[in-house]
Amino acid sequence: MTTPEVLKYTQETGDFARMLDGIPYASFIGLQCDRFGDDLIFRLPPKDANLGNPILPAVHGGVIGGFMEMAAAIYLMMSQETLRMPKIVDFSLDYLRAGLNREIFAECHLTRQGNRVANVMITAWQKSRSQPIATARAHFLLDDKET
Amino acid sequence: MNNETRLRRVKRFIATLNQARELGLTVTEAQEGSLTLCLPYSERIIGYPDTRVIHGGAITTLMDTASGSVMICVLPEFELCPTLDLRMDYMRPAVPDKPVYARAQAYRVTRNIIFTRCEAFQDDGETVAQCVGTFMRIGQAATPKSYRDLIVGNDPATGDDS
Repeated sequence: MTTPEVLKYTQETGDFARMLDGIPYASFIGLQCDRFGDDLIFRLPPKDANLGNPILPAVHGGVIGGFMEMAAAIYLMMSQETLRMPKIVDFSLDYLRAGLNREIFAECHLTRQGNRVANVMITAWQKSRSQPIATARAHFLLDDKET
Repeated sequence: MNNETRLRRVKRFIATLNQARELGLTVTEAQEGSLTLCLPYSERIIGYPDTRVIHGGAITTLMDTASGSVMICVLPEFELCPTLDLRMDYMRPAVPDKPVYARAQAYRVTRNIIFTRCEAFQDDGETVAQCVGTFMRIGQAATPKSYRDLIVGNDPATGDDS
């Protein structure tokens, strides 16, 4: 579980192991995160179990979506917008290129932060940041900042 | 094509998707223009450990797979149709320990695009999430014949049903 204590540890050290170990779905798809200064880069190393289309082969679109969704939630927790895993309200995802069976990267931007809702943009790429494989935006509920 | 054939084709298609197998997705029913898939509950896909609620990503995969498979129920021949976009609304958390179903429908098919909508729900009938999507028709020629044969059942190894 991402307790405030684990979150504080992760924010202070940039070591995501404890946080990610506490979220089963993150391990299920193999999500990783690295911090560079204030920036977070999320990674999804290649994994056969994540494949969909067997012909290319390509990563299942739903896994790419889940990876980007989870990245956005962790990004919000790390930027101290919320202490617990925020609840997702909606998620809009454009697939631009096939996600081939190699590492996928993602970065997030806070587009708009209200009192209760945050809007986050997520970009995912493989070969080059300038050639994204998917872009998404999501709304999250931040209803438990005090608890 | 009858519903038994549709069901068999959808089952074979789902069986080729690693992530669908990993999640344990099964096909509940298939008919002209629509189908239902089932995602069993698993602790491995929990996203909110304090409540044991599964992560939206698993539901995204469920609804993407359901919406992406429904082309089998509307097109006469099998074509792989990549997802162009998905828009998901998460209305309420999925109750832990219970499966989530996704019923997808193709409500408009054009030469290039398939428009889908999909509803995720649980046994009590309450909607957990909703999704609209568009899928690109890249054409039969873009799908290798061996793979098409595997899905429609013309492969001697899997038996002919069509």
